[in-house]
Amino acid sequence: MRNLFLSLFLLTAFAAHAVEPSERLSNPVLEARARTISSQLRCLVCQNESIDESGADLAHDIRLFVRERLTAGDTNAQAIQAVVNRYGQFVLLKPPVEPATYVLWYGPPALLVAGLAGTLVWLRHRRPSPTQTMPLSAEEISRLNGLMHGTDA
Amino acid sequence: MKRLIYLLPLALFMVLAGYFVIALRPNHDIHELPSAMIEKPAPTFDLAGLGAPQPLALDALKGHPFVINFFASWCVPCRIEHPLLMRLAEQNHLPLYGIAYKDKPADSTRLLSTFGDPYRQVGIDQDGRVGLNFGVYGVPETYVIDSTGVIRKRFVGPLSAETVDKELLPLLKQLGQS
Repeated sequence: MRNLFLSLFLLTAFAAHAVEPSERLSNPVLEARARTISSQLRCLVCQNESIDESGADLAHDIRLFVRERLTAGDTNAQAIQAVVNRYGQFVLLKPPVEPATYVLWYGPPALLVAGLAGTLVWLRHRRPSPTQTMPLSAEEISRLNGLMHGTDA
Repeated sequence: MKRLIYLLPLALFMVLAGYFVIALRPNHDIHELPSAMIEKPAPTFDLAGLGAPQPLALDALKGHPFVINFFASWCVPCRIEHPLLMRLAEQNHLPLYGIAYKDKPADSTRLLSTFGDPYRQVGIDQDGRVGLNFGVYGVPETYVIDSTGVIRKRFVGPLSAETVDKELLPLLKQLGQS
């Protein structure tokens, strides 16, 4: 019974891909490359899905376009660049590391480091330095001794 | 001087608030994407003409600035801008050309005969490849192209009377003079 549920679950997991049988290339190597590229490109109609997952018409068109480019001899990078030339960098689900995206990539780690450094500085300033501790006066020592030995009871 | 460091959180908040003010300003559609094609040569096309023997080709349109409008009969927002396009075609002698994007020619023809045809010429882009080359991701989209064939401006979604008066017509006038 458990195996049945597992296999049903796995079946639904694979159904998420929207690539239609008519789109597939007969060359399995090219098709695999097309799938890799598709999973990295954003569908512009439903902006949180890759074109590999999206059932939108535009996603279908871009999938076909990518396959045509690969069949014509493009490398993966060339095919992706061809789509970026038309739709801009927003189609890339993973933005490239370049000056315009430095804040995006390095901002969160930089904030974390700044926060840790600030906390460290703050903690260090709070610790009282030993030299500032005043020694007890003679009067306090005699009172302490009295308390410790219970002579004032 | 050291006290100034306590103003740092406020300064950071002001920067963040600045971003929000820019991103959430009125009349700003967050789904509108920056175009990759501005100031680049328009992708070349040579489309079969709708209801006309002569094709709609980029090379034939070069020589004076013109406007390309991607539309479709199945496109609801296109109906919104259609009366505006009709008025412009009648009043301003707008050099407006249509591309029927992923639409059956019979449906495009029926649309234009029912509601009026604002275009000087219409090309059929049934598989959407010309639209893809332009970076179209939803109709209607409108492009202003100068006399050398370079894309100067793109409008995503239906045109409004305001964008036409304040942006499209001034730009065309400027392009026509230069």
